[in-house]
Amino acid sequence: MLLSIAPTALPIGISGIEKRFGGVSVLRDLSLDVAAGEFLTLLGPSGSGKTTLLMILAGFVRANAGSIKVGGEEIIATPPHRRNIGMVFQNYALFPHMNVFHNIAFPLKQRRVSAAETAERVERALDLVQLKGLGERRVDQLSGGQRQRVALARAIVFEPRIVLMDEPLSALDKSLREHMQIELRNLHRRLGMTTVYVTHDQREAITMSDRIAVMNAGRIEQIDRPEVLYASPKTRFVAGFIGDSNFIPVECRNGSVWYEDRKLRMTSVAPAVGCHLMVVRPEKLRLVADAESAGTINVIPATVGDVIYQGDSFVCYATLRDGRQVTLRDYCRSDVLARLPRPGEPVNLGIDADDVVLVAAD
Amino acid sequence: MSTQSASLYGAGSFTGTLNADTLSADARRESLGLLALLSPGLLLVFTVIIVPIGWLFWLSLFDESGALSAANYARFFQQASYIRTFITTFKVAFFVTGACVLLGYPQAYMLSQLPRRAASICLIFVILPFWTSVLVRTYAWLVILQRKGLVNSWLIDLGVISQPLPLANNLAGVVIGMTHIMLPFLVLPLYASMKTIDTDCLRAGMNLGASPAATFRQIFFPLSLPGLASGVVIVFVLCLGFFVTPALMGGGKVIMWAMRMEQTTSLYSNWGAGAALGVVLLGVTLALLGLFQWLLGARATGVWSSR
Repeated sequence: MLLSIAPTALPIGISGIEKRFGGVSVLRDLSLDVAAGEFLTLLGPSGSGKTTLLMILAGFVRANAGSIKVGGEEIIATPPHRRNIGMVFQNYALFPHMNVFHNIAFPLKQRRVSAAETAERVERALDLVQLKGLGERRVDQLSGGQRQRVALARAIVFEPRIVLMDEPLSALDKSLREHMQIELRNLHRRLGMTTVYVTHDQREAITMSDRIAVMNAGRIEQIDRPEVLYASPKTRFVAGFIGDSNFIPVECRNGSVWYEDRKLRMTSVAPAVGCHLMVVRPEKLRLVADAESAGTINVIPATVGDVIYQGDSFVCYATLRDGRQVTLRDYCRSDVLARLPRPGEPVNLGIDADDVVLVAAD
Repeated sequence: MSTQSASLYGAGSFTGTLNADTLSADARRESLGLLALLSPGLLLVFTVIIVPIGWLFWLSLFDESGALSAANYARFFQQASYIRTFITTFKVAFFVTGACVLLGYPQAYMLSQLPRRAASICLIFVILPFWTSVLVRTYAWLVILQRKGLVNSWLIDLGVISQPLPLANNLAGVVIGMTHIMLPFLVLPLYASMKTIDTDCLRAGMNLGASPAATFRQIFFPLSLPGLASGVVIVFVLCLGFFVTPALMGGGKVIMWAMRMEQTTSLYSNWGAGAALGVVLLGVTLALLGLFQWLLGARATGVWSSR
């Protein structure tokens, strides 16, 4: 059946992938399991190895070592044209000498699908990406968003076991990108194909993914559901790469955590000893009246540096007693607006015990 | 506020005249200034292209006695030797272009696939012949290909043949010599266009299930056609007017258009007839270029792509 749900989706097992380019390691002993039908995003800065990993999955780059199993079958040495993996390229890579129909029909032609069935399947794929009736258009007559959809239709029309996407939305403008994010996610839910998506845009990753693998310098730093990744980053890199973060140095002694001379209340288990960083998201900080910690609130004194009004919210830059700058963000509710802090004013910053997250100081 | 803006901009009633004269005078001054800047170029084009071509055309309209006549053009249809020359010219151009495509396409393909540094070294070998005189290269071929030349003596010594092959002073010699000279004119534009083919398109082809050979046939080759077409046109057009190599390698047996012109003007001093030959060659060349343009245009509108 064409473009059916879930049953064609297969899990991917990646283990021990090593890749060196002329002595420089770009992927180091990388292992990763993608569940059948999962939307997994490889997120990382440029040079983190995410695109190389995708190229190895597609078969365009040969790894130095490792294994890739799709539904239990080893494909690490299979040539790209026998992998049956769909891919959406960053610049779409549509064939400029073919019209939309022939672009989408290309994978079916390679598979010797009959003309009648090809026409039917291309039509349905066009319908799926909302390009009905544009089959005869030349590629250069399409807008960026339409090319994107053609590339997508071409990548799924042959019902591949896996779909790979290499920053497919990076060439689109912001509003179209946000629209396509939702559309891609809905399409994934409808078709249920196992998807590996590469991006350097953390917001895009959070919006679309079932799970995100944060990559840095050829390794996976952390792999988790977006909300877990955001709420409990395990390393300083992850905390810094996903969302905005304040890093406040704290010290662990005798099973409790200290900021200067204040003992922090926290719900997670404190590490035994050593210097750590407390990760606090700007929206988790708030202005409190009391100078002393009470209940589940930790209080840190600070001085307001600057307050920036942004319409729906405001950002307040404050300086801690040790000279460290922190950022606080809150919505402009009328009660908050009435008591906006002024530059130079001493304030008390409150952090709930639930929001105290520690990462190793490196 | 809204009523005020409606009265200002509404219903097309607003036609400003503020500074209109100054602005239009300024625009005129600017156009004249640009024309003055262009004039040296225009003058050059006029004196070295327009005037000589006009003169050539004018000359072709007079017969030997100096009277206005169409005799110079009528001769093309009356004298068989003219028609033979015309056919020979196209035959040579056709063979040379064909040989250049067969040799040049693989060469350009190899260059386009090599790593950057290796490609630039190999490119030097493509361009190197450009730095050697055509005359020297043609004589070199004569030495290599003649009856007792290198090729024939080697083949006879090896016992491959008993009689020397007729490689020089005939059509084969002309085609071999001209192919050597024309090859870079095909390889360079073809290589340039192959370099612009997006490698992701080829990767996409393989990703979608096409074997490397199928990817080449269905994606790389069609995308290299515009470059091939421009190379073919350059070579073909250059061949039509080629003189030195056919004159030396043909041994007087292969008479091409340009040689005919030389004969008419220097041997018979019939400038009118020579000019007419020139005009016809120019006309044919322009027609070919027009055909090429039309084909490219047709390709752009997708005629070639509906396969």
